[in-house]
Amino acid sequence: MTVEPTPAICCHGLVKRFDGDPVLDRFSLSVSAGTILGLLGPSGSGKTTALRIIAGFERPDSGTVQIAGSTMVGPGRWVPPERRRVGMVFQDYALFPHLSVATNVGYGVPGPGQDARVARVLNLVGLSGAARRYPHELSGGEQQRVALARALAPDPDVVLLDEPFSNLDAPRRDRMRREIRTILVEARATAVFVTHDQEEALAMSDRVAVMRDGRVVQVGEPWEVYTRPGDCWVARFLGEAEFVPGTASGGSVSTALGTFPVPEGVSGPVEVMIRPESVEVLPGGSDAVVVDREFYGHDQLLTLRLADGRRLLSRIGPLPALNPGDAVGIRVREVVAFPASGGHQH
Amino acid sequence: MWVIAVGILVPTAVPFAALVIRAAGAGGGAVDVLASARTARLAANTMALVAAVTASAIAVGVATAWLTNRTDLPGRRIWAVTAALPLVIPSYVVALALRSAFGKRGLLTDLTGLGFPTVAGFPGAWLALTIATYPFVHLVASAAFRRMGRSAEEAARGLGASPGRVFRTVVLPALRPSVGAGALLTALYTLSDFGAVSLMRYDAFTRVIYAQYAGRLDRTPATVLAMALVAMAVLLLVAEHRSRGRGAYHTPSAEAPPSPIHLGVRARVAGLSFMALLALISLALPLGVLITWLARGGAVPMPWGAMAGSLAGAALAALLAGAAAIPVSALVVRHHSRATVWVERLSYAIFALPHITVALAVVFFASRYLGSLYQSLIFLVLVYASIFFAQALAAGRAAMLQVGPHLEEASRSLGRGPLATMLRVTVPLVWRGVALGALLVFLTTMKELPATLLLRPTGFDTLAVEIWSAADDLRYARAAVPSLLLVAVSAVPAYLLATRKHDR
Repeated sequence: MTVEPTPAICCHGLVKRFDGDPVLDRFSLSVSAGTILGLLGPSGSGKTTALRIIAGFERPDSGTVQIAGSTMVGPGRWVPPERRRVGMVFQDYALFPHLSVATNVGYGVPGPGQDARVARVLNLVGLSGAARRYPHELSGGEQQRVALARALAPDPDVVLLDEPFSNLDAPRRDRMRREIRTILVEARATAVFVTHDQEEALAMSDRVAVMRDGRVVQVGEPWEVYTRPGDCWVARFLGEAEFVPGTASGGSVSTALGTFPVPEGVSGPVEVMIRPESVEVLPGGSDAVVVDREFYGHDQLLTLRLADGRRLLSRIGPLPALNPGDAVGIRVREVVAFPASGGHQH
Repeated sequence: MWVIAVGILVPTAVPFAALVIRAAGAGGGAVDVLASARTARLAANTMALVAAVTASAIAVGVATAWLTNRTDLPGRRIWAVTAALPLVIPSYVVALALRSAFGKRGLLTDLTGLGFPTVAGFPGAWLALTIATYPFVHLVASAAFRRMGRSAEEAARGLGASPGRVFRTVVLPALRPSVGAGALLTALYTLSDFGAVSLMRYDAFTRVIYAQYAGRLDRTPATVLAMALVAMAVLLLVAEHRSRGRGAYHTPSAEAPPSPIHLGVRARVAGLSFMALLALISLALPLGVLITWLARGGAVPMPWGAMAGSLAGAALAALLAGAAAIPVSALVVRHHSRATVWVERLSYAIFALPHITVALAVVFFASRYLGSLYQSLIFLVLVYASIFFAQALAAGRAAMLQVGPHLEEASRSLGRGPLATMLRVTVPLVWRGVALGALLVFLTTMKELPATLLLRPTGFDTLAVEIWSAADDLRYARAAVPSLLLVAVSAVPAYLLATRKHDR
């Protein structure tokens, strides 16, 4: 007999208005224990507000929040933040400037056993040597790890991270992402982190929830939301994509670029999404002309113009070396079709 | 938190409201007083003094700020300090020094044998208050000069403007908001000043209100005159508030400061003589007079009682205002709303209104409704803290703004409730800032005169009261010791404040 495990976080129908403007509009989200979930959305989509409601820093106008099975917010119920067992890592880290690293980390675990717990968590984040230093003496990355250690110390039911990497410069950000993910996995924590950076969300999460206009529009594993976006908006938000019109029937779709397989049941006029990495370039062909090339080393992004004037992007390995003006052949490996009423904007 | 916010302001706000109602209810009597020729003369006297002092304080303060910040005047660092130092000498001590130095029987005549004219009345009040207020303008204008980067001026020079034209078209306009604010502060200070005008025997509102209050059984005239004074103060306050709104958003410039203007020989001599003369009149003269009186006084007893009274009153008021400022500034900053804006405005208004009118209101109210509490030390301290609370609140507010709200939220989500969060996170981070505000409260309470005169318990003396009553009776030798003590005690926190500000 299997019992559906209680989700670590369950938000249902959260509504929040600021001065009459809806910021959250029936926001619902469920996160199972031990999962790292990336809450991804453009700025102003309400991600941070959702996080702050889960943490207990804001009250929703309506809706419920449950953490580890007990109701935190709901009709007639309000649990203050200090009794929610939620660890929070702030964008600016919010380390107490007047307290040492050890005292910061020990802040949430008063009483006997504090020293041992502090030592263990500092060891987990690789900062055992920094216990007696003060926040202003640490680098940005170290401050972030202290903030995470402090949030993990009381062994919370969930850890929330608000734009955790936005204060770090690009090279350090990649390294910190890996480190933080490793620490969270090692601590077996349930974590929700907010970001507007799709690459960050896809790289760090077990699951990604995409937000738009105050609600979650799609949840899934990173590969799922990227390759099977629910609509054109999600498709564009998660990465480069070009769209061509087509007509689907009987398990295939025909477009100006050829005929591709689609799931049974899709029929009629559709918008066909083509990701740059699905477009192969064949030297010596004559389907398209190279217009522009951005060379990144590990790959290159080509802007192609088709015979009918249509633009298409192709991401391929560093070779072949192509220059603007070169004629190439193309082959599209796979596509995703959306009903033409999908509402994307060209 | 609301209880504290309201509680700290109640001792003054409620009586003040009662006074307004009472004055309004006086009916025909009030109209008679207001319409009398004497009131018109009083208003004219007061306005003339305010206008004269403001004009001279701006002229002197801007000149000292420019000389010490923008030119290569020799010793400008030291001159910048001497120009600010008169701040520690209360206006009534300046007035006392001027009165006792000049005149047929003054110290100067005595020492030199030359006939020095008497300094009293309008010229005396003008001079004393200019000395007491120009340091404000000097400090405000110096800060503005330091904020100005060099790029605007260099751009103007590059476009072919002469130094004089640059000063007129670039420097002065940039200076205007801060000097305007300084001017309004000066005007408000002059309007509210009681000590200097009463020692100079100049009939401005404050002096006459006190005389009416002390000398008559019918208190209607005092009340009505107080209301007329309040009306003038409110006009200035509104003007000041408006000017702050416009000039508030200067961001300190990170640009390099302009290279100092080179003064020619004649300009140097003129500048140095100006600074030296100013230091002579505003620092050396008052202090010299006090020390001479001290030396001549012989067997004047040390005013230990007044010293203890001043220290106790000021320290208790500072502690109370500082302690209340922490929760109230948390309320004002973290729970910003229309109500908190009114708490701030009310505290500021009570602070800015002439203290004699606030004290008068408290006397009327307390003597009628509070019985034994009235004329107790506790009550006096409550009133002090209430009057000067705005200073502590402003400091607390600034400190609280430095503490990001995330720190408190982090503490909450780590399992500490609101009170524990306040004690372990907020207070440790803001107390230094609040302590500076409390220090200011201490400083201003030490110098406070009219409210103390009206509200002190029998037998309770402060240095300010001691100076005022001795000087009023022309017993200058007796006033010398408390004056010097007051200057010395004021100098300590002023020094701390000045050096702290430098650190930032």
